[in-house]
Amino acid sequence: MVQYLVRRLLWAGVLFLAVTIVTYVIFFLVPANPARLAAGQAATPERVALVEERLGLNDPIYEQYWGFLKRLVFDGSLGESFVDRSSVNDEIFRAAPITASLVFGAMILVLVISVPIGILSALRPRSVLDRVAMTYVLLGISLPSFWVALVLSYIFGFRLGWTPIAGYCEVVSVPQAANCGGFGDWAYHMVLPWLALAIVQAGIYVRFVRAEVMDTMTQDYVRTARAKGAPERKVMKDHILRNALLPVITILGMDIGLLLGGAIFIETVFGLNGLGGTAIRSIGQFDLPVLQGVVIFGAVAIILFTLIVDLLYAWVDPRIRLT
Amino acid sequence: MADELLVVEGLKKHFPVTRGIIFQRQIDAVRAVDGVSFTLNEGETLGVVGESGCGKSTMARCLLKLIEPTEGKIVFRGRDISKLSRREMRPLRREMMMVFQDPYASLNVRKRVGFIVAEALEVHGIATPAERKRRVQSLLEVVGLNPEHYNRFPHEFSGGQRQRIGIARALAINPTLIVCDEPVSALDVSVQAQILNLLKDLQREFGLTYIFIAHDLNVVRHISDRVMVMYLGKPVELASRTELYTAPKHPYTGALLAAVPIPDPALGRLRQRVVLEGDVPNPINPPAACNFHPRCPRFHEGHCDVDTPELRNVAGHAHTAACHYPLEKWPMTPEEIRYDRSRTAAVGS
Amino acid sequence: MTALLDVRDLRTQFQTEDGFVKAVDGVDFTVESGKTIGIVGESGCGKSVTCLTIMGLNESRNTTSSGQVLFNGEDILGASGSRLRSLRGKEIAMIFQDPMTSLNPVHTVGRQLVETVLLHNDISKTEARGRAREALKEVGIPRAEQRVDDYPHQFSGGMRQRAMIAMAMINDPKLLIADEPTTALDVTTQAQILSLMQKLQEDHGTAIVMITHDLGVVAETAHEVVVMYAAKVVERGTVDAIFTAPQHPYTWGLLGSLPRLDAEIDRLAQIPGQPPSLLNPPRGCRFHPRCAYVMDVCKEKVPELMGVSHDADHEQACFLDEETKTREAARLFAATMAAGTSG
Repeated sequence: MVQYLVRRLLWAGVLFLAVTIVTYVIFFLVPANPARLAAGQAATPERVALVEERLGLNDPIYEQYWGFLKRLVFDGSLGESFVDRSSVNDEIFRAAPITASLVFGAMILVLVISVPIGILSALRPRSVLDRVAMTYVLLGISLPSFWVALVLSYIFGFRLGWTPIAGYCEVVSVPQAANCGGFGDWAYHMVLPWLALAIVQAGIYVRFVRAEVMDTMTQDYVRTARAKGAPERKVMKDHILRNALLPVITILGMDIGLLLGGAIFIETVFGLNGLGGTAIRSIGQFDLPVLQGVVIFGAVAIILFTLIVDLLYAWVDPRIRLT
Repeated sequence: MADELLVVEGLKKHFPVTRGIIFQRQIDAVRAVDGVSFTLNEGETLGVVGESGCGKSTMARCLLKLIEPTEGKIVFRGRDISKLSRREMRPLRREMMMVFQDPYASLNVRKRVGFIVAEALEVHGIATPAERKRRVQSLLEVVGLNPEHYNRFPHEFSGGQRQRIGIARALAINPTLIVCDEPVSALDVSVQAQILNLLKDLQREFGLTYIFIAHDLNVVRHISDRVMVMYLGKPVELASRTELYTAPKHPYTGALLAAVPIPDPALGRLRQRVVLEGDVPNPINPPAACNFHPRCPRFHEGHCDVDTPELRNVAGHAHTAACHYPLEKWPMTPEEIRYDRSRTAAVGS
Repeated sequence: MTALLDVRDLRTQFQTEDGFVKAVDGVDFTVESGKTIGIVGESGCGKSVTCLTIMGLNESRNTTSSGQVLFNGEDILGASGSRLRSLRGKEIAMIFQDPMTSLNPVHTVGRQLVETVLLHNDISKTEARGRAREALKEVGIPRAEQRVDDYPHQFSGGMRQRAMIAMAMINDPKLLIADEPTTALDVTTQAQILSLMQKLQEDHGTAIVMITHDLGVVAETAHEVVVMYAAKVVERGTVDAIFTAPQHPYTWGLLGSLPRLDAEIDRLAQIPGQPPSLLNPPRGCRFHPRCAYVMDVCKEKVPELMGVSHDADHEQACFLDEETKTREAARLFAATMAAGTSG
């Protein structure tokens, strides 16, 4: 087990380097001059050259990359924004909780929606419920998340006025200047974003849960449990669900990792200034350090969650744990 | 004296067990096949019998070079094929074919029967397409299928019929040697009889040589001329059919024969029950010296667990067994069973 | 002595996309306490479905069953779910063919044993665990105290089947139904398991229904035999009667097509063709398309199970006259059994 962990962590390190190098390379392949954007529209060529020098953009790529790595490892710093020299660390730590609220909340909602529907569908295949559920799955997979977000925002926010259209409120440490804060406001503002993200994602999960439950139900050990005289509820809980939901949880973990990299569409529609919004902005402004920061956060999240999920699976499934 | 078609010497296949964080180093090996030697004459059927984990299927695949052996010599028609590359093996593959166990898994479900049977012909560039079709149809007839079903898919046939297709496929390029890996294990008893009769008929008609692998001792007796019993990767006894079944020499063979249920209630009641205790040991860590000694009713401490018994002639002509204390009488009498295993504590782990 | 289990005119059919499949079509047999009855037949003959119907384990949605299943005089075929659940695992237990897939891989063996005990006994968990350890010891699993906390994949095939047997026997059932319990095992392991089952039967007086396609297993373990073909019973009797004087062409075909351990046979008697589809079984006697002795009446009328003249307990369903049957049976016996005794 320890060997496995060590090997995974080493591999994670390799992945991390690979991701950051690729980001750097792509950035520099794009034909645009960040110094120019940073200096401003009205800047003279001399001024632009000065900015280039200041930002270190005249150095060769590998020197810039090496500098970035050194800074990260020894100072723990992701650098400074090209645009306003603010700390990237600060920006990430500000934006991350917003994205995290969105993602975790939405995923809980996904489980709440998809697991019961998936189980019921599996228990009654080809019934009316099942057909409705499968139509929902189709819609969920096909509809773009931003479209759903816009529609929800229009109907519930604008027309009915039940929820706010946009904006984020802090749960804890509410800043002085904010006009909303605390748990109630936070949840109130997040309801629609959660729904938008969850409705789309849940489609995939309903199908997945249904397939896993249907498959598990035909297993021989379920028949054995019934042959022992176990009531159907016990069979469902101890035998079917315990085995069927295992893969679902692991996929969920990986999805969380992915989405933490920035649910760009949802964040944009609802004006949530999380990592997604930050990423879009930094791309538009050719702000490499900030972009790199978001990418790194996303990569770390994915690697971390994949690792957690693998460990969880190994812990829960004795066949993996004990060999 | 018949020609020697296949001579196998010291065949071994070890699968490495590795450990390590970055660099995998081998710490141990699964000794799937651990020193098999035998001679196969043209036109005969060698039955290979043993329980799960004895290595018979792995050995079969090594013989056909579907798996590369770790060690040992395989001499086919006087030519050493053990070290040949895949390209060098290609022309030789026309001479050796295989029939597999699972009639449902060994046929490509997306291909028509005609294609499946003719594939070997096509690969080796034999005959024109028209000639190939004729050959396939005649083969289908030979194995007892309707030649007009040339264009059907495997799922349209029953298990027994699919196995016939597998046999037709093996026959297509006129091989000399056919290795049958448990060809009737997945079939019902009545269908099994059909396939066994078919195999025997084909052998007579085409002068085929068979290596017949099975775990069912009844089936092996019926079809083999000579029989080799394997245990944990090694052959423990090799004898003619009659001799093996009427006067086995190795205690493991004896235990196997005593364990097979006979469809005769009166005989069954008279039979001496010798129930072998414990399970087949781990091929990664086989017992010292004689692999069978922890379960052997004739175990002699100090000898069987120290000196590895070699396959040597123990009776009649060409009856070999790897045992220091081969059986003298058959059926085994209580006197024959020298060491009462039930007295020892932890039998089987 | 009333039989422990009395199955009368059992019929089960499944509704599939292609139509009705009559998987069990009029099966009768009885099981006495402390005895073993072997149900023999090839794949698709309905032997497994018969036993699943007895236990009420068929999928209720597309299945209809009729007839009577009298367990200790009580008809359990139409019994309520709760009545059936109280019987299963306690009075009637079942073990299946593949012990690897029949045990839940994520629960320890001990937990699955304890579950069986607690479902039917109002005792503490500690006591249940104690019983679980005893049960594992009784079936011959070494170091039972430690093994009780192991997972199924940590046991070898034979040990797993022993654990399944332990789970089935732990509440001391009166009837044990074993569906091909040794088919997936090696021959030496099979011998161990069959020996174990016989010992348990002697110690507990359990009746056993042994489903198998292996006539050797039946000959060595059963007291009575039921031969099934295409969802019907074609012959029934004591094990000696069936093996020494079989009266049905299918049984002759089965016995004749066996390669023998103890005899030299050049060409096996083979039954031509395949078993019929149960969607559209043949008219009249279901075996007639493959029968070497077929007569016109066989194609029209379904033969009833009738007692043989000298042995009313030996029943068979065939229109052939007794003289021919006795002659054929003797011929078969001479060819196979006699050769056996000389070997």
